[in-house]
Amino acid sequence: MEALLEVRDLSKAFRSGGGLPGAPQRRLQAVDRVSFTLFQGETLGLVGESGCGKSTAGRLILRLLEADGGQVLFRGRDLLKLSSRDMRPLRRDLQMIFQDPYSSLNPRMKIGDIVGEPLLIHGLAKRRELREDVTALLERVGLGAEHYDRYPHEFSGGQRQRVGIARALAVRPSLIIADEPVSALDLSIQAQVVNLLQDLQQEFGLTYLFIAHDLSVIEHISDRVAVMYLGRIVELAPAEALYHAPRHPYSEALLNAVPVPDPDRPRNRPFVKGEVPSAFDPPPGCHFHPRCPYAQDICGRERPAFVDQGNGHFAACHFSDQVGKFRTF
Amino acid sequence: MPPLLDVRNLMTYFFTAGGLVKAVRGVDFTIETGETLALVGESGCGKSMTALSLLRLVPEPGRIVEGQIFFAGNDLLHVPDEEMRRVRGNQIAMIFQEPMTALNPVLRIGEQIAEVLRLHKGQSPAEALETAADLLHQVGIPSPKQRIREYPHQLSGGMRQRVVIAMALACDPRLLIADEPTTALDVTIQAQIMDLLRRLKSEREMATLLITHDLGVVAENADRVAIMYNGLILEYAPVRDIFNDPRHPYTSGLLACIPKLGEKRRRLTTVNGQGAGGNSPLSFLDRCPPEFAPRQGNLPGLRETAPGHLVRRWED
Repeated sequence: MEALLEVRDLSKAFRSGGGLPGAPQRRLQAVDRVSFTLFQGETLGLVGESGCGKSTAGRLILRLLEADGGQVLFRGRDLLKLSSRDMRPLRRDLQMIFQDPYSSLNPRMKIGDIVGEPLLIHGLAKRRELREDVTALLERVGLGAEHYDRYPHEFSGGQRQRVGIARALAVRPSLIIADEPVSALDLSIQAQVVNLLQDLQQEFGLTYLFIAHDLSVIEHISDRVAVMYLGRIVELAPAEALYHAPRHPYSEALLNAVPVPDPDRPRNRPFVKGEVPSAFDPPPGCHFHPRCPYAQDICGRERPAFVDQGNGHFAACHFSDQVGKFRTF
Repeated sequence: MPPLLDVRNLMTYFFTAGGLVKAVRGVDFTIETGETLALVGESGCGKSMTALSLLRLVPEPGRIVEGQIFFAGNDLLHVPDEEMRRVRGNQIAMIFQEPMTALNPVLRIGEQIAEVLRLHKGQSPAEALETAADLLHQVGIPSPKQRIREYPHQLSGGMRQRVVIAMALACDPRLLIADEPTTALDVTIQAQIMDLLRRLKSEREMATLLITHDLGVVAENADRVAIMYNGLILEYAPVRDIFNDPRHPYTSGLLACIPKLGEKRRRLTTVNGQGAGGNSPLSFLDRCPPEFAPRQGNLPGLRETAPGHLVRRWED
């Protein structure tokens, strides 16, 4: 398999406070030396709880935010080193779908113009043919010619997300970063949009970085899954291996916590105590150690290395061979 | 013994400038003491308006236009406002999806809980603060004596929801209405909060009306389930029957379209229709099998198709 995108040691810190005299400035390491590879045509799921840095990582890759360090190699070129002029033609190749289909569409623009604008900007369509091209795109995502002249407020959440998908698709990208694309949608609509994304991937050979907090959706759509906790990737594995044999205690905790829609299955008891610590002041060593039932002295002192445990199953845990003891099913 | 709560033919309509919106179109259900009934449906199906109707807190321009709500034998739609105020909090308490909306940002959390105890239980200020700390301890908040002096913004989302639960429990309600109590929380915190609600329910013999769209939460917490769509209950049954023997196509559709952990499938099954935008016509029932599809004329009632298993279908 060919690597389309290689992310190496990507890092980003935010600073807050310090505005008032005497107020201390605090530093928040949102993304902490994150590395992964995206192979051509695959879906990599990036999962974690709110504030873990998964969306920031997505934005850094597209340079919607500037990284502090690391490399983002797209077809071998480091995106982080490009000037904004050199970056512009590449933006066609790298598209994004956002979580909130209500705020990511301009309320004063017609649907046809929203989808058509990127085609004009990148010189991919002539004005005369634009209507035809856009209509074909709308039809491909399950909308129709009758929607061309309507405004976003006339659409349901699911339909708006289809518009967002058509807009991303318009410029024939090779990589789409989808940031929580279905989490604002109702169940029955979620399934439709997930299926649509999978169909489009087949048809256009797309590669997805799929960012979400819903483990069931992530497991369903992803070939491989990366789990983030407090700015770091703690585990990365093929989706089925992660589900059946997690090698990091945090992944195990997440899997245990998901309520299962089967009343005959024994109920999962939460085994992880406490809450995610503040990202301003993360615990030393392994960030998860204060909540971890496997933790020993070393976990509070040394950051565990992110190592291949075999068959492309990476985990950053000093005791990853023990993980699985608390699995509730 | 009559049930603790017996809702009959409840209708809540909104008289908007744009026309009449029938949010709740004739809903019937009961809840027994100590039981959890889950009210399940997608956004806009009327589940939250049903809950607000029980407390007579329907916002303008909405109005309960018909029905009866028997709570411990009294029809809440006919009690005077003064008495209704005592029912809220004392007898029926409610918690919401976003705990910040239920907390006053400029009051210390101890004072907020103590206020409930002073007003509803007539406790002295000192006594009320003591009880508040004890309640925080019961809902699993560490070092409650310090926490009562903090403001809501100093707490995490999970801790705030625990505070709201403590406040709801302050007067030992007989019925707790929980409207999407964990939707805004992360999955590990959600598991902790649902665990807490289950523990409190069994300790206090409290009945719960659990409003949610998460079928996993339903399966793990409900005794019985009502599936709502477009202001109506379509199916109403014990939790096992809903999951193992769904009899309405909408219920089976919902169950089929959720991805399940560990059961990787090539495609998700979908329910027809792209969802109704705003007040637009039905999207699902239009295309469902003929015996369930809505017709002109009388609205059919829920019919019992197996013991305790009710389904709404249109008759010829």
